[in-house]
Amino acid sequence: MEEDIKPDRKINIKGLVCPYTFVKAKLAVEDMEIGQVIEILLDYEEASRSIPKSMEDHGQKVLKVEKINDTDWVLVIRKEKE
Amino acid sequence: MDFTEDQLQRYSRHIILPEVGGKGQRKLLGAKVFIVGAGGLGCPVGYYLTAAGVGTLGIIDNDSVELSNLQRQIAHSTKTIGMYKIDSAKATFEALNPDVRVIGIKERISKDNILDLIRDYDIVVDGSDNFPTRYLVNDACVMAKKPLVSGAILKFEGHVTTIVPGEGHCYRCLFEEMPPPGLVPSCQEAGVIGAIPGVVGSLQAIEVIKLILGKGDPLKNTLLIYDALKTTFRRIKVLKNPNCPVCGDNPTIRELLDYDAGYCAVQ
Ligand SMILES: [Zn+2]
Repeated sequence: MEEDIKPDRKINIKGLVCPYTFVKAKLAVEDMEIGQVIEILLDYEEASRSIPKSMEDHGQKVLKVEKINDTDWVLVIRKEKE
Repeated sequence: MDFTEDQLQRYSRHIILPEVGGKGQRKLLGAKVFIVGAGGLGCPVGYYLTAAGVGTLGIIDNDSVELSNLQRQIAHSTKTIGMYKIDSAKATFEALNPDVRVIGIKERISKDNILDLIRDYDIVVDGSDNFPTRYLVNDACVMAKKPLVSGAILKFEGHVTTIVPGEGHCYRCLFEEMPPPGLVPSCQEAGVIGAIPGVVGSLQAIEVIKLILGKGDPLKNTLLIYDALKTTFRRIKVLKNPNCPVCGDNPTIRELLDYDAGYCAVQ
């Protein structure tokens, strides 16, 4: 049901590892307005679990976590909080 | 301001904290902090504020590095004995973090220069080792309405308090007058374990960072006392004194005084 949400912003953090995966994701979310949606493309498996968890801890809404091929994940997150 | 890749790496452990983030790190990089003294307290305060990326650090000290300083003054080294402490500290801090602008002032702080010196800074840190300077810095910060993070050490004990003029107590609300010179052990008479200023200076650095970020509860209206032998921290409630001679309702100290009279601990 969240499938057709159009992201306001997309970032590609393939090749990055912890903690820079989260650093980049967090800085991108900081620059967005509340209610906007970001799509994050990554290939570091641990971050496919840790970024959603940290985003929720920081008060953001995780709309989607999807493995799209052998190496890559897509996360969709809506900014709920400054 | 966009972070460089180096800055993302250098400050990553800050940025991932909810209380800091990119916004907080930008505040740190834009902040200006004035440190009184490049000795036991000034060294760790300056070290951690430099590492944290506090953009501008002013440091005043007119002493040179001596061998006996190295037991606790961690910005200096055996190789910098004989150098002015501000030059030794500046070299150490600039080597640690090139983002930080270190302004060394080789002067004695006094009633004649302090207000000009602190004018352009956001926060003042007192790392001095004597009462005349501590009272001078307190009175000047109250008059200039500059937040002041004050620290003191002796033997196995350390004190920290954060003075935000207009919002909480000041040093004279706590101890109205300087103790008479004969009762005060100078640093020549009193030893200290080298790691004590490390603890107290680190606490001061954290207070400064909290003030810059606007997060947490600074030690307003509170004196924190660290007893290293007992390994205890005690918080003493300090009320703002309405009759305080400098920050009270009808202050009697309206201009800076000659604080050194009778004190030989200060050259
Ligand atoms: Zn007062």
